[in-house]
Amino acid sequence: MRETTQQEDFLRGIWRENPVLIQMLGLCPALAVTNNVENSLAMGLATLFVLCGSSLLVSLCQRFIPGEIRISAYILIIATFVTVADLSLQALVPDIHKALGAFIALIVVNCMILGRQEAFASKRPVGRALLDALGTGAGFSIALVMLGAVREVLGSGSFLGVSLFGPSYEPWIVMILPPGGFLTLGVLLLGLAWWQERRPDRIEASQRRQAGSQEAIAVAGIATSGRPTPTRGEAG
Amino acid sequence: MSELSWIFLSAMVVNNFTLALFLGLCPFMGVSARVETALRMGAANIFVLVLTSLTVSFLNAFILERAPYLRIISFIVVIASLVQIVETVIKKVSPTLFRELGIYLPLITTNCAILGLAIFQTNRDYNVFEGLAFALGAGFGLTLALVLMASIREETELADVPSIARGMGLVLIIAASLSMGFMGFAGLLSST
Amino acid sequence: MSGGNLDAGTLDVAPAQASSLRMVASLGTAGALAGLLIVVVFTVTLAPIEAHKAEVLKRAVSEVLNDPASYETLYATPQDVFEAPPAGGAERNAEKIYVGLDAKGRATGVGVKAAAAGFQDVITLIYGFDPTTGKLLGMKVLESKETPGLGDKIEKDLSFVAQFRGATPPLQAVKRVTGAPGEIDAITGATISSRAVVRIINESLERLRTPIEAHFEETSP
Repeated sequence: MRETTQQEDFLRGIWRENPVLIQMLGLCPALAVTNNVENSLAMGLATLFVLCGSSLLVSLCQRFIPGEIRISAYILIIATFVTVADLSLQALVPDIHKALGAFIALIVVNCMILGRQEAFASKRPVGRALLDALGTGAGFSIALVMLGAVREVLGSGSFLGVSLFGPSYEPWIVMILPPGGFLTLGVLLLGLAWWQERRPDRIEASQRRQAGSQEAIAVAGIATSGRPTPTRGEAG
Repeated sequence: MSELSWIFLSAMVVNNFTLALFLGLCPFMGVSARVETALRMGAANIFVLVLTSLTVSFLNAFILERAPYLRIISFIVVIASLVQIVETVIKKVSPTLFRELGIYLPLITTNCAILGLAIFQTNRDYNVFEGLAFALGAGFGLTLALVLMASIREETELADVPSIARGMGLVLIIAASLSMGFMGFAGLLSST
Repeated sequence: MSGGNLDAGTLDVAPAQASSLRMVASLGTAGALAGLLIVVVFTVTLAPIEAHKAEVLKRAVSEVLNDPASYETLYATPQDVFEAPPAGGAERNAEKIYVGLDAKGRATGVGVKAAAAGFQDVITLIYGFDPTTGKLLGMKVLESKETPGLGDKIEKDLSFVAQFRGATPPLQAVKRVTGAPGEIDAITGATISSRAVVRIINESLERLRTPIEAHFEETSP
C-alpha cells in the first residue's frame, strides 16, 4: 500500500472514501435517524466522538494488544466510548437522546468504526490515526446532514425546525418515514453515479465502491474469527 | 389478539426490523443477490436472534439489574461470544450445515439487528416468552425482507437498467418501494 | 505529530503466537479500565439524568392535573391503593399513580399512566381523573410512533387534546359529535389512533377506578 500524506489521511474520509456515500458503511444510523437535520447532526457528532476516542486508544495501545484478541479489544474500547456518549447525551441534551433512542447504543455495531480500527488505527501512529478518525467521522456527519436536510426540507417543509415555505406547503410526509430514507439515499447515489460517469476516472470510482462493500463483509468476518473471511462473488 | 402474537406480528411486518427500523442493512444489501443465500442468511439470523433473546433475558434478570450502565458492553460481548460458540458447535456437530451456514455466521456479529433486539427487548421490559416471540418475529421479518429483496434482484439482473442505476442505487430504490409496501401493514394490529 | 517516525510496514506483522496468559492479562486490563471509565461517567451524569426524568414527569403530571401545588406517588392495583410498593404477589401488578394535592393538602385528582397498541406501535400516555366529579382533567401522550402528520396529531393537535378536559368516562370516539357525554371527536385521517387513545383510557379506568374512588373517600371527608 502506498503511504499517504497527513492531508490525505484527513480528506480521504470526507470525500474520496466517504463511509456512507462511497463505501456504504454505517447505513443503519444513516437512514434511521436522518428524518431531520438536528438528529442527523447529533448522530454524526456522537459517532465522530466514538471514532476519535477509539482510534486514539487503539493507536496508543497497538503494542500491547496481542493480534489474536485484537478484535475483542477493539469492540471493548468502542463499547466503552459508546456508553460514555450515551450517558453524556442523556445528561446534556435529553430531548435529542430521546429522539435517537436505541440508535446511540447501536453505534457499537457501526462497521465503519471497527473497520477504521482494523484497517488503519491499529497500524499507524497516534496523530495520523486521529486525523483519519476526524476525516472519516466528518465525512459520515456530512453525509448524514445531507440526508437529514433533504428529508426535513421535503418532509416537514422546514430546516432545523424553522419553517421554510409557510403554511400553504403540503409536506411530503413519506420523506420522514422509513421509505423516504431509502429513497433519498438511493437518489443521492444515482446522482453520484451519474456525476462520476461523466468524469474520466469513473472506472476507478466504481471499483472503489465495489471494494468498499467487500471490505464491510471482510471486516464483519474478521470480527469473530480473527481472520479475514473469504468473500464470495454474490456478496456486494 | 394475544400479547405474544401481537409482539410477533408487530416485529415481523408492522415494524419490520429491516424495512421500518433499518436494522440489519448490511446483510440486506450484501447477501440479497440470490434467493437461496438469502434464505440461509435468514435462517442463521433467526437462530442467533433466538439465542440472543434467551441470553439477554437471563442477563437482565440476574446481572444487569444492579448495573444498567454495563448493558451495551455486556450485550456486545455476549453476542460476539455467542456467534463464536455457535460457529464452533455447528462445525463439530454438522459439517454439512457448517458449509451451508458457516460463512454467514461471522457476518452476524456486526449485524445491528442482533444488538438492536437486545436493546429493544430490555427497553420494553419483555419477559422470557415475550422476548422469544419478539426474536422470532424479528428473525422471520428479516428473512422475509431478505428473500423479497433477493427475488426482485434476481429479476432485475436480466433487465436493461441504465448503467448509473446498476448496483446500490437501484437496490435502495427497490428497498424504498418494499418499505412503502410494508407501511400498508400499519393498523393491522390495532384491535379497534 | 507524536511518534511520526514509526514505520507502518513493520507493524503489519502480527506478533508470533502470544501466550494465553498475556491475552487474558491484556483483555483483563482493558476491561478493568473500560469499567472504571464507565463508572466515573455514570456517577457524574447520574444526577442530571435523574433530575431531568423527575422534571419531565412533574411537567406531565402538572399538565393533566391542572397545576396542583404538589403531588404524591402511590401504588394502585385493581384491588387497592398503597402508600408504598406492595410486597409479595401483588408487586408485579401494582401501577404508579400520582395524586395531585392543592395548597391545603387536599387531593384534587389523580394522574395515571397507561399504554397499549396504537396504529403503528405502543402508545404511552398519562391522564388526569377527578374521582369526586367523575370527570377527566386532561390527557397527554408521553410516547408514540404514530405516523408523522397524521397519527401524531393525537399528541400535537391541541383541540383534540383539549376535548379530554372535562369529559366524562367511559369515552367514545366518534366521527360526528352528537353532544352525548364522553364523546371525543376523532381526528380526520387518524381515526384509529384517536380510538386507541380513548380505548387506553377506558381500559385503564375500568381497572383502577374502584380502588382509586375508595381511596379518595377514605382520605377526603
